[in-house]
Amino acid sequence: MTTTVTNTPSAEARTDRRLSQLDALEAEAILVIREMAGELERPALLFSGGKDSVVMLHLATKAFWPAPIPFPVLHVDTGHNFPEVLAYRDETVERLGLRLVVASVQDYIDDGRLRERADGTRNPLQTMPLLDAINDNRFDGVFGGGRRDEEKARAKERIVSLRDEFGQWDPKNQRPELWNLFNPRHRPGEHVRVFPISNWTEVDIWRYIEREDIPLAPLYYAHEREVFRRDGMWLAVGPYSQPRDDEPVERRLVRYRTVGDMSCTGAVESPARTNADIVLEVAASTLTERGATRADDRISEAAMEDRKKEGYF
Amino acid sequence: MVAATTPVLDPAAVAGAGRGTLLRLATAGSVDDGKSTLVGRLLHDTKSVLSDQLAAVERVSRDRGLTAADLALLTDGLRAEREQGITIDVAYRYFATANRSFVLADCPGHVQYTRNTVTGSSTADVVVLLVDARKGVLEQTRRHLAVTALLRVPHVVVAVNKIDLVDFSQEVYDRVESEVQAVARELGVVDAIAIPVSALDGDNVAERSTRTPWYAGPSLLELLEALPPSDDPANESFRLPVQLVIRPQGAARDPQFRDYRGYAGQVASGVVRVGDEVVALPSGRRTTVTGIDLGEASLEEAFAPQSVTLRLADEIDISRGDVIAAATDAPEPTQDIKAVVCWLGDAPLRPGQRLLLKHGSRTVQTAVRTLDGALDLDDLHAVPAESLSLNDIGLVTLRLASPVPVENYSTSRRGGSFLLIDAHDGRTVAAGMVGATLPTAADAPSQPEGDEEWEI
Repeated sequence: MTTTVTNTPSAEARTDRRLSQLDALEAEAILVIREMAGELERPALLFSGGKDSVVMLHLATKAFWPAPIPFPVLHVDTGHNFPEVLAYRDETVERLGLRLVVASVQDYIDDGRLRERADGTRNPLQTMPLLDAINDNRFDGVFGGGRRDEEKARAKERIVSLRDEFGQWDPKNQRPELWNLFNPRHRPGEHVRVFPISNWTEVDIWRYIEREDIPLAPLYYAHEREVFRRDGMWLAVGPYSQPRDDEPVERRLVRYRTVGDMSCTGAVESPARTNADIVLEVAASTLTERGATRADDRISEAAMEDRKKEGYF
Repeated sequence: MVAATTPVLDPAAVAGAGRGTLLRLATAGSVDDGKSTLVGRLLHDTKSVLSDQLAAVERVSRDRGLTAADLALLTDGLRAEREQGITIDVAYRYFATANRSFVLADCPGHVQYTRNTVTGSSTADVVVLLVDARKGVLEQTRRHLAVTALLRVPHVVVAVNKIDLVDFSQEVYDRVESEVQAVARELGVVDAIAIPVSALDGDNVAERSTRTPWYAGPSLLELLEALPPSDDPANESFRLPVQLVIRPQGAARDPQFRDYRGYAGQVASGVVRVGDEVVALPSGRRTTVTGIDLGEASLEEAFAPQSVTLRLADEIDISRGDVIAAATDAPEPTQDIKAVVCWLGDAPLRPGQRLLLKHGSRTVQTAVRTLDGALDLDDLHAVPAESLSLNDIGLVTLRLASPVPVENYSTSRRGGSFLLIDAHDGRTVAAGMVGATLPTAADAPSQPEGDEEWEI
């Protein structure tokens, strides 16, 4: 019935029947995705086109193969996304035959429900469109690509994490999560956020992308780009990020470690053109990916916790 | 105190990670015994703290007037935790050495957060129990050891911490160690390994200390690297709780799979091969495995804990919640179970109560027939009880609405574990272990004091 026959699940599996770390993480993620698909009525998967959500889609494809992924994908579009990433998003949705739901921050700003912030970052503005999309589509569970190694408030999050009717996370009163038994039950109006790749680190993601040969948006790889220096980061010159007079524009070989808004996501100088190069680069890095590339997470000790409590990803 | 150097990840270790085995560890112990500090020290000394993280910790420590970086700040990630200087919920951290990757669950010590400690320990391969050398065994030490014993965490390491504050005294260490070991043995933990450490200074954490010359054993990290990984699945019976039936029909993106029918789930235990005879539970119908798929790859065999999809020779009625098991050695589905539960609900458990029980991928209604006792943490044996309150451990008899193929928790952590869920609000209110028992008064030593176990 199927074409390939191998004796081992991957080149890394051992003859003594112990899963390699990467295989163990994959097995755990697929377990969670399938279990929530079985338990929930109307889940959706957050898909931004970023590397973590691409890995999530790849895992979901494996979880249901040869059936299609049985739920839609949801993107909260800040209006400040990299055009390459949006193009990649649309290609991927097309390739996998998915239904895409877009919640647009720009729409909210245009009709006055949200106001642009003084600092120009739209990251915190995503919460309201996200929660409205969850309500309007009656999603009872939302898969996200959040990882515990990203940030210390995320390090506290359950794999299956309850949100109240206002979308709020209550970090001081989380549900016990025991063994491999995941319980997403909730009262009407509440929903759960599900993080199947909670236990993956940045380097695990890249090793998996390399092993599975998963196509990514091109800006993750080294390319020349016009950039300027701000707050110790290289920001791209673009419609949402213009240099000030004292910020000279340079052409540099850069790549992105994370992909968020153009206005606040910094590039890193890098010659890494392949997945293998990136694995080594990430392994040798002395900065966390958010510390290196996200202006918004540098604001305060509890920036992420505060956003998450209000219903952020 | 913490060296002021900026640690960097060991690129060889991190790049190699992914090939090595994964070990899950959890911390336990009473409040202020230094769990988060030990975790911070372990991360720091394995070069798993990146420079921006360390800079943040140093900045906050300085703001508070501390002379050295408070490594506990690395894991106390909630505002309330930093404000109060305590751990409220589990923090998960990751580090790697050349041949092993670790998922570390730093658990809280306070009684009121015991349910979070149960969360962190339930998936652990090893629990590191901290004991303050100055204080010895406290109530939370007993509670956490009881939880560790009940959950049957494969390995227990006792870190006798703050050894620097007792002048690296072997006498104090020996006294505390035998006190902990005595409690551990009473609870059925027979192979706990003790290490004298100073989490604050790093003695015997990553490197062996020169300040404990009387201690000849490994450092904590050496021990964690050397612990044998989980048992070989070949020694267990095959079980796969069916999570989903995969039937693409007209939705198949490739028409050759229109008639595909597969049973998706994680191998909970054992090994399954193409050609094996299996039985579907609870129906008891038998069939043969004709294919094993992992995504597009087709496998000859699968083993725990792989997530796969099985194809079977016969179109028998199998749905989500059923268990596919080795035909030769299948559990008997039952509606009556005795189990030990860790009660995690805010409202108490009482006999007669109706709840939901989740086992594997199946959820059924259940009624608490009787409450047969509760663990007294002072005497460490079962006493009669009318109800169980938050964080109590008790023995219950349950009646299930339909038969479930549970197994004894002592032979299968996956087959013997279940959740109790409040049907009204969906909350998880208990962790259950089928067939587990509590020590009875008759088991307890008649004279704990003066027992030869206490001799040094």
